[in-house]
Amino acid sequence: MTVKLILRDKEYEVKPGMTLLDSLKKINVLSESVIATRDGEMILDDEILRDGDVVKLIAVISGGSR
Amino acid sequence: MKCKKCGIKASVNMRQHKLALCKEHYLEWMPEQTERFIKKYEMFTHYEKILVAVSGGKDSLGLWDILVRLGYQADGLYLGLGIDEGINYSHESQRLAQKYADEHNLKLHVVDVEKTYGQSIPMLAEKSHRGYGKPCAVCGLAKRHEMNRIARDLGYDVLATGHNLDDEAAVLFGNTLSWASEFLLRQGPVLPSSDGLARKVKPLCRFYEREMTAYCLLQGIEYIYEECPFAEGSQSIYYKELLNQLETARPGAKLTFYLRFLETRKTGELFIENNVERAHLHACPKCGQPTSTDDLCSFCRMIAKVNAEVEA
Repeated sequence: MTVKLILRDKEYEVKPGMTLLDSLKKINVLSESVIATRDGEMILDDEILRDGDVVKLIAVISGGSR
Repeated sequence: MKCKKCGIKASVNMRQHKLALCKEHYLEWMPEQTERFIKKYEMFTHYEKILVAVSGGKDSLGLWDILVRLGYQADGLYLGLGIDEGINYSHESQRLAQKYADEHNLKLHVVDVEKTYGQSIPMLAEKSHRGYGKPCAVCGLAKRHEMNRIARDLGYDVLATGHNLDDEAAVLFGNTLSWASEFLLRQGPVLPSSDGLARKVKPLCRFYEREMTAYCLLQGIEYIYEECPFAEGSQSIYYKELLNQLETARPGAKLTFYLRFLETRKTGELFIENNVERAHLHACPKCGQPTSTDDLCSFCRMIAKVNAEVEA
């Protein structure tokens, strides 16, 4: 029962049922610094992440640490 | 979250504007806003020829795309810097710039620094001993020189770069930290032409970096995701990260920081002593302390108001 978040070459796992914003806080990533996509669609901070979701995080600051 | 214009599910939320938009309306909103900034800052007209500095990244390709959608005469300029660093950086960025130009039937001028001057940027940096082991200073110098040369030689009226608000805010933050007054007084959306220097404009200066990323993703523009390998760990990226922490806590902080700077600079208040005489002060009739208001001072007014409410 997990949600997978992928940022560059790092993978994180969080529990399903949380919002994207809470999931990002959990893995210590600023929502302001990334754009999240699920199945190729952009999702927003209030999106509830479901079991099995794979969320790709696209860093908006090129070359940034996060 | 719903799109403010049509009510369907939103794709982009801009907290600083309290505005969420769906894909369709976001892709309409971005060119509309760009046109507004171009006019507000008197950047250029539809009769002028624009040279867009294209790096293959999201900002410059997004800018080119928006200008073309708005009907401007915009050609591209790609500078081959000869940066490889094991990831074929320059080659890949040129491929993406050319791909965009070909797919949209646009003219892209390509200048290869090594073919033109016999040395790539990293080689020039090493041999000139500039930049403390990093080629960024040499790269900036060469880019400014070559962009201006091509704009002038090929008869373009204006040179447009893809600097976004995060770029501008980071530069402003750095210059403010060191109180670099000369740089502060020069920073702005338009650098007018002068003595052989082409006019330079930054039409994206009020868009967050996040918004440009969203634009390219939604518009299907393929851009080079990796930043120049030499930029990693740079001061400007560190400043951007700091500003994003501030933005998270206070939505709109980056925008206000930049816009208030532009306003202050325009009104001539920056670094100029305020010669306006201190507002006339007189004694508060109740407590006797100085106040600029005609009657009671603010504190006594507050106490009087609270007492009146308590008694009511």
